[in-house]
Amino acid sequence: MIEVRNLTFAYTHSQPVFLDFNWKVERGETWAILGPSGCGKTTLLYLLAGLRFPNSGQILIDEQPLTRPRPQTGLILQEYGLLPWATVRQNAELGLRIRDFYGPDGKHGPSVIRQNSGVSKWLERLGIASIQDKYIHQISGGQRQRTAIARTLATDPNLMLMDEAFSSLDALTRESLQNLTLELQAEQNLTLVIVTHAIEEAAVMGRKILLLEQPPNTRAVIVDNPGMAEKGFRSSQEYLELCRSLRSRMEDGRAAP
Amino acid sequence: MRKREIFFAAVALLLFWEAAALILQNPILPTPQRVAVSFLAELRDDLPGHFLSSLWRVAASTILAIALGAPAGLVLGQSQWLNKTFSPVLYLLYPIPKVVFVPILLLFFGIGDLPKILIIFLILFFQILVLVRDYSAAIRPELLMSVRSLGAGRRALFRFVYLPASLPAILTALRQSVGTSVAVLYVAESFATQRGLGYYISFNGSTLFDYPAMYAGIVALSLLGLGLYFMVDWLERKLSPWLFVS
Repeated sequence: MIEVRNLTFAYTHSQPVFLDFNWKVERGETWAILGPSGCGKTTLLYLLAGLRFPNSGQILIDEQPLTRPRPQTGLILQEYGLLPWATVRQNAELGLRIRDFYGPDGKHGPSVIRQNSGVSKWLERLGIASIQDKYIHQISGGQRQRTAIARTLATDPNLMLMDEAFSSLDALTRESLQNLTLELQAEQNLTLVIVTHAIEEAAVMGRKILLLEQPPNTRAVIVDNPGMAEKGFRSSQEYLELCRSLRSRMEDGRAAP
Repeated sequence: MRKREIFFAAVALLLFWEAAALILQNPILPTPQRVAVSFLAELRDDLPGHFLSSLWRVAASTILAIALGAPAGLVLGQSQWLNKTFSPVLYLLYPIPKVVFVPILLLFFGIGDLPKILIIFLILFFQILVLVRDYSAAIRPELLMSVRSLGAGRRALFRFVYLPASLPAILTALRQSVGTSVAVLYVAESFATQRGLGYYISFNGSTLFDYPAMYAGIVALSLLGLGLYFMVDWLERKLSPWLFVS
């Protein structure tokens, strides 16, 4: 599904974040990208979203090189991704309205728009139908992220990218949204890539975990996490072991603070 | 504010005027009733024509100021480089009371509507430019990223982000400057013209000494200012309802 080939990326006047970096994601996988701040995880996500472009190398999604945001990719950010002047429902409809705005041109949206039931189904599914007429500043952080997820799913994506989407939520809300996201991932057969700085989140969300270190990142360090799909994983010994091992690897990979 | 409260405030002000007129007993302060009679009489005469001249000047300059100020503000707000280049110029020009340019504009553009429209345009333009620039600079990059990730190109970004983000700035700018515009319109219309409420007021006041007619002009000019203010208020509620919910 995603193929990162010999990626080199640097912001102007600074050393490369990625240098000849290779990485592959198969369809339907759930990945967590974990690393300390400044390691380039958000940069990688923006590259996958088609919002930034490599200095050299290529990013292929479905074998197509990425030249602009791809209509079947959904991006969910930590905060500020929703329109403050629009209601929950209007926000959830935004992706579809942008598609209507351009029509099915295959560039800003898919060339064939599948007839779908609109956003009502997703407002229901995400439990925000009752607050659909509220504005963004009137609802809680968890409800905002539900709105962002509804907006993404309404556009019928096959790849969902999340950047610290749950980081500013309280523990219980975070956990329920993590579970909901995994449920929806399985239901919609999405490929899911989440970026997080939280070891625990990487452990519960990532069937595979990509560890990024202090830049430049030259190779993909991958930790397999097959137990993640099992019931009761959050309270298992395996989970604790994984967190401990991720922590020590992050500490090893980082220069002295 | 509720309509009732505004109504009572208006009644209180009228009573105050009435009392002042009765106490002073001076022809330069007629009672509200006297002014009302003359206002109604003037309405059948040439007051509406002067009103329309003034309204046209305000409307034209407002439209011109929005059409030029809002896009310029958006561009400055989105480009750090341009903003850095122009902000010292704006910093110097912004606080200058634009009314001092009235004589200069009159000398350059002579009689007619143009200098009057330009002077109000200058006031509104800077106000809109600065506010739209600040609102546009406050648009979060995350918001732009996430709307772009939904497929939005330049046109859709304008339609779904920049336009709704700058509407409150334009309306706030108008609200802040409606009073000043009408004041400056009065000043500008006192010279070199025979149309407009400013002319009407000074002509009746200092040439004909027809004080009730002068007051009728003052009432008309006040109604123009109030009407514009109410309209901005109404538009704000209509176009930016999200600002009015808690």
